[in-house]
Amino acid sequence: MIEFLMPSLGADMEDGTLVEWRKKPGDFLNRGDIIADVDTQKGLIEIEVFEEGVLEKLLVEEGLKVPVGTILALINPDGIAGKKSKGQPMDEKVPIQQPIEETRPVSFEEQNSETKRIKASPLAKRIAEAERIDLSSISGTGENGAITKEDVENAIATREGVAEMEKPKGIKMEIAGEPEKGKAGTEQVGMEQLKEAVPEKKPMGTVPPVEAIRSAVAAAMSKSNREIPHYYLEKKIDMSKSLSWLKEANSERPVQKRLLPAALLIKAVALAVDEVPALNAVWENGLQLKNEINIGFVVSLRTGGIMVPAIHQADAKSVDEIMEVLNDVIPRARALKLRSSELSDSTITITNIGEGSADKVFGVIYPPQVAIIGFGGISEEPFAENGLLGIRPIVHVTLAGDHRATDGLTGSRFLGALNKYLQNPETL
Amino acid sequence: MEASNTIKITYREALKQSLREALQKDDRVFLMGEDVGRYGGAFAVSKGLLEEFGEERIMDVPLSESGFVGAGIGAAMAGMKPIVEVMTINFGLLPMDQIINNAATLLHMSGGQLNVPVVIRMGCGIGRQLAAQHSHSWEPFYAHVPGLVVLSVGTHEDARGMLAAALESPDPVIIFEYTSMLNMEMEIAKDVPELGISKAKVRREGNDISIITYGTGVHKCMEAAAELARGGIDAEVIDLRVLRPLDEETFLASVAKTHQALVVEDAWCSVGFSAEIISRIMEKAFYELDAPVKRLCGVEVPIPYPLHLEEASVPQVKDIVNSVQKTLKP
Repeated sequence: MIEFLMPSLGADMEDGTLVEWRKKPGDFLNRGDIIADVDTQKGLIEIEVFEEGVLEKLLVEEGLKVPVGTILALINPDGIAGKKSKGQPMDEKVPIQQPIEETRPVSFEEQNSETKRIKASPLAKRIAEAERIDLSSISGTGENGAITKEDVENAIATREGVAEMEKPKGIKMEIAGEPEKGKAGTEQVGMEQLKEAVPEKKPMGTVPPVEAIRSAVAAAMSKSNREIPHYYLEKKIDMSKSLSWLKEANSERPVQKRLLPAALLIKAVALAVDEVPALNAVWENGLQLKNEINIGFVVSLRTGGIMVPAIHQADAKSVDEIMEVLNDVIPRARALKLRSSELSDSTITITNIGEGSADKVFGVIYPPQVAIIGFGGISEEPFAENGLLGIRPIVHVTLAGDHRATDGLTGSRFLGALNKYLQNPETL
Repeated sequence: MEASNTIKITYREALKQSLREALQKDDRVFLMGEDVGRYGGAFAVSKGLLEEFGEERIMDVPLSESGFVGAGIGAAMAGMKPIVEVMTINFGLLPMDQIINNAATLLHMSGGQLNVPVVIRMGCGIGRQLAAQHSHSWEPFYAHVPGLVVLSVGTHEDARGMLAAALESPDPVIIFEYTSMLNMEMEIAKDVPELGISKAKVRREGNDISIITYGTGVHKCMEAAAELARGGIDAEVIDLRVLRPLDEETFLASVAKTHQALVVEDAWCSVGFSAEIISRIMEKAFYELDAPVKRLCGVEVPIPYPLHLEEASVPQVKDIVNSVQKTLKP
């Protein structure tokens, strides 16, 4: 049985309000499905599920505000993505009465590393799916331990026996039993305090107030400035080649497919980071490199505050694909309708101050990341090259690095690689 | 006992009766082959027919398979109903050019104008210590060829009734008869059943596993099924009978019932007929399967002469029993 937890959508998130369940018990969940809407300081977030299986039970009622790490639901893993749970027969369901004591935050990485392909006959799988039987809970008696039709039928018989005895006991009673009307624990909530999760009557689907976003930004940035010793580097990059490449590329594209310089810059950063992987990392008990390059892209909200959606695996995406992601994600970020993976997965951040504004931006690293890249507006400047002075479109690129994790040399190598890609835009 | 409705008959006698009946029924039918006349057939299947029907209709031919099979094809095109005997499957490679390039293809090449209603009988199979010179199971070679109808006579019933159905076919028919079964006695219905040449046949009904086979595999699988029944396993035995065009409906329906399958054949394993059966099960009945489909085939060697090695070269009853038990109770 997989415990589906209230995810952490950033280092600063401590709790979230379960606004709406999008799935009901019995529904089959595919990886990437939206399972619920959760209200956080950063808005109403669509929470994705990262396991396949059948939604077994919902443990948190709509409207409840619970700390990060609280078990929200139980998922019965199915064949392909099933999590191995050896020696846990069908009738030993996770006791939902005391989820709180047993809560242990399990990261998704941890769960994935435990997944194992379940060997079952095609017929057994077909029956199990129809009957909503969790294949991971069955030990097979077929060839090499494969699960057979008979094994599934036995499991169905056992389940029917158990269902007879089991009485419906909802979490509803549990939490309602400790009504502690008032403010929910917003201070560092430890696991022992999870019990104090208090139902907070809140109108569903409301956009969080400006102050909430402001305070989320405040918390993250304060933590960053408090804990991260930043170093700063800057490089002037000639954008004439990139811009003329873009102009030519756009001449062949319909208006809605046109590329903005931001898409090119994101791709260039992704490739440059690939060459300097120490910057694509988090600092959590030491430097931990990340495998995927997920670029967080700062989106400023009109009402103030920022959102930083992730562009997943930007190094593997074409410039056109990145542009498509931007077109999709920026309006959603502004509408405070992002998905959980978009909020929590980024491994390095870009802040792009945009046309006609400041020349340079020196970013504040979003913890636990170790670097932020800042692009100023592109503007014409005198530029010397090969002994000649010319007027060129110039962008000032800055890098703020976590000096615990890397040194100026690393950052410098990154800026060099970035320049190389922007001088050869056809390679992007 | 309703003994009056059945007769006890050898496989050889059943074949001979079917030949005699065909010769009696239709003047256009004649038998040609090496030693079919004066010698009475290499395996005595046509013994006595020369005396009964004369030299014009029981025709000894020179030792040239390519020549006399070609002559048979020509006679069929000219309106006769020849039954051409190829003594053993080993010699069946010699007329392959005639069979494939002419018999199987003429209808196509003539734009649908020329049917070739020839019937070619071949002694086939393993099990009389005839060694690599005279025993092999090469049905798959012929089953590969579009334009042919390929029959495998695995039972006395088919030995008695399949020839008549084959003679009805407007297209060339290859009939594989099994020399190892010639002396075997069985009870069959006295009245010759009307046997088509389009359907496989369930020889034994069962619910636990489908054993799919043809040729000599049929009686071995029936014996194995009887032994398995004593151990509480209820096996279904399917005799494919017609290797081309293949009747897949019958075995797919069986697999949908039993969810387990074993394919048994004497032919060599690689690129064999069982591969075709298993492919079709994968393509069309995958979600019915509760275990991987297994096959028991001939060992990939030229057929050995010593009895114990000959026996070891093809699946035997005990192998079938073992394989089924392993599949069901691993």
